[in-house]
Amino acid sequence: MRFGLIMSEVGQGLRRNFSMVVSVVLVTFISLTFVGTAILLQMQINEMKGYWYDRAQVAVYMCTATTDTANCNMTEATEEQKAAVASKLESSELAPLVNEYEFETHEEAYEKYVEFTDSAEADYITPEFLPETFWVNMVDPTQSGVLIETLSGTPGVDEVADQRKYLDPIFDALNAASYTAIGIAALMLVAAVLLIATTIRLSAFSRRRELGIMRLVGASNRFIQTPFILEGVIAGVIGAALAGGATVAVVHFFVQGYLAETMVATSFVGLEEAAVVAPILLAVGIVLAAISANVAISRYLKV
Amino acid sequence: MIRFDQVTKLYAGTTRPALNSVTLEILRGEFVFLVGASGSGKSSFLRLILKEENPTKGEIHVLGQNVGRLSSRKVPYFRRNLGVVFQDFRLLPQKSVFDNVAFSLQVIGKSKGFIQEAVPDVLKMVGLAGKASRFPHELSGGEQQRVAIARAIVNRPALLLADEPTGNLDPATSAGIMTLLERISQSGTTVIMATHDAGIVDQMQRRVIELVAGQIVRDERQGGYLTQAIPVQKGFGSEAAQ
Repeated sequence: MRFGLIMSEVGQGLRRNFSMVVSVVLVTFISLTFVGTAILLQMQINEMKGYWYDRAQVAVYMCTATTDTANCNMTEATEEQKAAVASKLESSELAPLVNEYEFETHEEAYEKYVEFTDSAEADYITPEFLPETFWVNMVDPTQSGVLIETLSGTPGVDEVADQRKYLDPIFDALNAASYTAIGIAALMLVAAVLLIATTIRLSAFSRRRELGIMRLVGASNRFIQTPFILEGVIAGVIGAALAGGATVAVVHFFVQGYLAETMVATSFVGLEEAAVVAPILLAVGIVLAAISANVAISRYLKV
Repeated sequence: MIRFDQVTKLYAGTTRPALNSVTLEILRGEFVFLVGASGSGKSSFLRLILKEENPTKGEIHVLGQNVGRLSSRKVPYFRRNLGVVFQDFRLLPQKSVFDNVAFSLQVIGKSKGFIQEAVPDVLKMVGLAGKASRFPHELSGGEQQRVAIARAIVNRPALLLADEPTGNLDPATSAGIMTLLERISQSGTTVIMATHDAGIVDQMQRRVIELVAGQIVRDERQGGYLTQAIPVQKGFGSEAAQ
């Protein structure tokens, strides 16, 4: 009986304020889509970091006869110097940090070079121009600083470089994009909350006669406020459901359907991640709508 | 039933109290007229009983409850024991007579069965038995006020507050409303009615409480309206006397 009465009040409120309800749905939809995108971007960044950081190595470039840095002075690294680097990598300080390492000769470097560049250019390069290199896989990629510090300046070593530094700009760009999305989402959510509050106030104003009589005859506060809160929550839920659907659609059609096809080497977020994001959006939508509607209606409940 | 103990009500931003140290007691089943000029504190008196306002000083007991100590969560349940009628009826225009009365029962959670039984009963009592499906705009002023009274008493309150219930009605219709209020009073309900209608007060010969500038200047059983409550503007009055 009371449930039916409350639901009929809710239906009445939604119908009377139809255009406002539609705008609440749209604003909630868009803002929560931004929230969902931001969450997915963060997930994507973590996934890519895990993938690439595992493959990133520290390169210890040895001197060649054409390297003119102070440490090399145009002298090819000697066999003793190479052995010294190898023994340092196996020494008690560095061995626990190093997962494995391999030595790349001039010829191997040249083969790799030819493979990745067109032949016309390769004609001018001889194997001697390309440095011999120790490729080191770290146990923990973040510990590369120790390796760089220990090996830089060792006789015969030209440069110690962490490949991760080439990846960082990419992650910085992705991070900036996700923070931008979060910023826009926050602004839009503020707009959504204010819009819900305004809509509920309008709804209450259009029913102020009923509200006055309800208060007079002793309807409990909960009974009076429930229809309004439900009104806000229903609009919020519709917006959040649309946002969840949009997020899943973006992952399915854009990320999996387009990006994953074109960039085969990278792993992308999938529908499992989207399935995590959608309930979060729904919860955020419900909680925000309920809180803002509750605050908006409380003014009408003061006795 | 109702006890005011040194009650003062001062609205924020004013220096003259709406009620000034009012002490009185109203017993169960009494019929009380509250008279006085506009602004003398009649409405404040009724609003304090309803706990729409809180007293600045003093204590108010209504139906055995200390109204000042009532938490705002309990106010709705307290109000279920009171019925209120206004000069402007305050009916819901898009609801029928039956639904207007039923609404006040629905929102306090009464069962459908109870409503189906109580509403026709009360409509019969106020003399609107055949008009349950009419809408407020199809009724005369007197009939609309009867609907409002039906709504106020359908939950069988111990106390009925009426703020100038005949203020918008002609004398003949007013007399009908007064007969109805008297009948309600005879069934044991305490009735407090604020009014300007001298004819009614003089004719009914009930307890009269007269307020002037927030103070009780008269409280007599079987009183009349008297006219001293009408303020005479000094400058204008003395000029007229010359």
